[in-house]
Amino acid sequence: MATDANNPSPEDAPSHDPWQLGQSHRKVDAMERMRGITRYTDDLKLPGMLHAKILRSPHAHARIKSIDTSKALALEGVFAIVTGQDFKIPYGIIPWTPDENALAVDKVLHVGDGVAAVAARDEDTAIAAMRLIEVEYEVLKAFFDPEESLANTDRSLSINPYGRKGNLSKRVLLEFGEVEQKISGADLVVEGDYFFEGTTHGAIEPHCALAHVEGDMSKSGILTVWSATQVSHYLHRELSKVLEIPAHRIRVIQPPLGGAFGGKSEPFDLEFCAAKLAMLTGRPVKLLYTREEVFYSHRGRHPMKMHYRTGFTREGKITGVDARTILDGGAYSSFGLVTTYYSGQLLCAPYEFASYRFESLRAYTNKPACGPKRGHGSVQPRFAMEIQLDKAAVALGIDPIELRRRNNLGSESTTVNKFRVGSNGFSECLDKVEAASGWRERKPKLPYGRGLGVAGSTYISGTNYPIYPNEMPQAAVQICLDRSGRARVFSGANDIGQGSNTMLAVIVSEELGLPLEDIRVLSADTDLCPVDLGAYSSRITLMVGNACMQAAQKLRRKVCAAVAKRWEIPRRRVALIARKALDLENPDRSVPLREAFCWAEADNGLLGEVGSYNTPKDRHGDYRGGTIGASPAYSFTAHLAEVEVDPETGIVDVKTIWVAHDCGKALSKRIVEGQIEGSTYMGFGEALMEQHVVDPQHNGVHASPSFLDYRMPTFLDTPKLEAMIVEAPDANGPYGAKEAGEGPLHSSIPAIANAIYDAVGVRIDTLPFSPAKVLAAIDARREQEAAGLVPEHKSGQTHGRRSA
Amino acid sequence: MSEAAFLLSTTVNGEPVTVAAPHHWTLLEVLRYKLDLIGSKQGCDKGDCGACTVQLDGEPVLACLTLAAHAQGREVTTVEGLGHCHGGCHPLQDAFDRWTAAQCGFCTPGILMSAEALIRKRGRAVEHTEVAEALAGNLCRCTGYTKILDAVVDASQQMHPAPGKE
Ligand code: FES
Ligand code: FES
Repeated sequence: MATDANNPSPEDAPSHDPWQLGQSHRKVDAMERMRGITRYTDDLKLPGMLHAKILRSPHAHARIKSIDTSKALALEGVFAIVTGQDFKIPYGIIPWTPDENALAVDKVLHVGDGVAAVAARDEDTAIAAMRLIEVEYEVLKAFFDPEESLANTDRSLSINPYGRKGNLSKRVLLEFGEVEQKISGADLVVEGDYFFEGTTHGAIEPHCALAHVEGDMSKSGILTVWSATQVSHYLHRELSKVLEIPAHRIRVIQPPLGGAFGGKSEPFDLEFCAAKLAMLTGRPVKLLYTREEVFYSHRGRHPMKMHYRTGFTREGKITGVDARTILDGGAYSSFGLVTTYYSGQLLCAPYEFASYRFESLRAYTNKPACGPKRGHGSVQPRFAMEIQLDKAAVALGIDPIELRRRNNLGSESTTVNKFRVGSNGFSECLDKVEAASGWRERKPKLPYGRGLGVAGSTYISGTNYPIYPNEMPQAAVQICLDRSGRARVFSGANDIGQGSNTMLAVIVSEELGLPLEDIRVLSADTDLCPVDLGAYSSRITLMVGNACMQAAQKLRRKVCAAVAKRWEIPRRRVALIARKALDLENPDRSVPLREAFCWAEADNGLLGEVGSYNTPKDRHGDYRGGTIGASPAYSFTAHLAEVEVDPETGIVDVKTIWVAHDCGKALSKRIVEGQIEGSTYMGFGEALMEQHVVDPQHNGVHASPSFLDYRMPTFLDTPKLEAMIVEAPDANGPYGAKEAGEGPLHSSIPAIANAIYDAVGVRIDTLPFSPAKVLAAIDARREQEAAGLVPEHKSGQTHGRRSA
Repeated sequence: MSEAAFLLSTTVNGEPVTVAAPHHWTLLEVLRYKLDLIGSKQGCDKGDCGACTVQLDGEPVLACLTLAAHAQGREVTTVEGLGHCHGGCHPLQDAFDRWTAAQCGFCTPGILMSAEALIRKRGRAVEHTEVAEALAGNLCRCTGYTKILDAVVDASQQMHPAPGKE
């Protein structure tokens, strides 16, 4: 579908230099947040509001034989209780795999699975009532290891009752070119096993939902759900399906959000429960997760066990990649179908492969379900791939940056799996980190224990196809101007802290000449805003940005025409800048924008325009699954890490991470830097300390369901982060912009792994790089060195080496 | 509320306040549920994240770990009280705004309260390392901390200009 945003007419080109794009801006909504005025979901309070709690399973796998709620219901202050019997319709974020119920219907599939929900006058009463609910379970054998789970042939032990292939959740096998031949005929074959540990999002705001019913829901009543979600549209759809209420009688509002990172990108039990309890009681019902519940709801990074074989020519060119991956999916599908594809499909840039094959299997296990976390499905394979490249560089005696340059796919290219790549600033990213870190001069001289490592990566700017098939636009924005001289922007997009509301304001500001404070962005309210698919797969800047630019340009034309008419000059001579309309050839002539808006309203009637964006549909391969992972534009990143490894303790101290990211065009400079820094930080945490695991010895309870035990980097842990912006504008992005929110996570992890190798000569191929693991590897290397099996690492530079 | 309540008399952001609260309630519960001061956030309710940080007699404390009764007769300052003496916006808030140091902003009220106490106690411009130490109990999951450090240092320099610079 051709849209104006895809085919801008020459008339749309600005007639003057940008006055807002690329500047640093104060975010449109930050000051209220910092002053404690902003109301996040848990800050909302309605008259007569009840509080709800969810009773959760203590077993990892069990049949529910009976639930008796009578004692709980009899407790004073308890208003209603729901169980799985109230939610028989299954749902799932991916329409092909609806395999969860709001509460367990017949079986619980992991510790923490929801069983019943109570609404009471306050939380304490709800908690007391939960303790009075009697549930009789028949405990079943639980599977905590994905391979053991896949090997199970006893159907009665299949984990997910909706699963169609036993404990296999998804399998993908794709092959491009003659992989066996290209690898076996290569000059060098690098083969390795990698394990990426599961990690979780750790947004500081816990999930929360508030539901309220007006009128009679069996007739024309309206259900309003406020939720800390990053996908209000999908939540809207699933609420309608599960509660059997037409979507037009449900309103979903996403209040300002306290972080998400993928952890709030599908419906959760709390939204259904709060809604149902509000319908049953006629009172507003709020449900706030405890921090422990957030850990059990999870949907974080899949643990992946990866076996990689990569062939190289003597010159370091990749001849083929053969990847086998087992994904530990947990109890539900979540986004797993997509994750399984992404684990292979997103690997094919920034390097050119002559051939490629991947096989990925996702297993159900009796653990909290995994889903999308920042860099969905592609952070894990990137870890394996970039270490493979580093091993090849060492074996071939090629500088690791040079090896990556030699394999660079380049711009206007096609990947081995047939994705069309437009702009590509990867080589500039490499140049920047190389120069900033002093790689060339410093790397050869760093003593034993100190090292530099590099890695590269790519990510999508949204996906070309929406989650449920349809031909409507993927993003839409509506803008109104009024005689007070302001713009109101209505967008369904979810600002989750990444700054998308500010990004939209910057675009409107650029086009219409209003300062940011004259622009009100009203977002993520399904009654007020056009449909938007939400904050996932880094789609908002490109897609919603394009839609917004289109609507703003239509309005600009109207305003400029109204001014031009009164000044009797051509429209292109009128510019809108800094609250004024002015004549470009006679800068002394200007009129306040407010007045220009009045002229335009007098000429046209109410000033409102819409813009919409749909993706190009010709940028993917013609094979089953060939659309999954195809994007209008790809971002590129290079990370370079400097570490100090203490050979006495195995402690890895990351000193600095330099990161250069090609975001196409930074619409707002500091916000983009913040995304790059935040992503790099998050990768650093996964590399060094984070582990989202359950304990099989204790029936599958979470090993660390608190911020104390699930260690995330503090101010003191975090290395110096040096973010550098690279701009390779993409024809598909608004003003050339591509994503910046997820790409810059990927390569921070392998860059650290490669720096550890440079420092002490050991490969750490499993996450996290804990002191015990690093120390054991150093000891093993020393034994090999002593036996003369490997040369002494950095033999000329003994400074810092531990004595035997 | 079924539990016995007590009368808490305290000063919040300069105003004397008397409020009935259950004995087991924390200061965070009283602030958020009784006084509608929702600026202090609950990230964990266990003392692990720092989002609930307020000041008790000028000292940063975790409101989720402080029993409300502990505030009896003392002075509580929350983020809502931070801007009062500075025409509605404290130099820290202004610096955070300029540096884009708040992304989702959920950690920010707590961080501001810790940072204000640090700068006040030092009585001079502060440096990155001491800021990192003072804020080590405040988690931020969005920013990677870089811009927060820059903003706190910047604000402290605004509040305590180097001699000769003014
Ligand atoms: S809410 Fe108090 S420390 Fe987390
Ligand atoms: S800004 Fe989101 S947690 Fe700090």
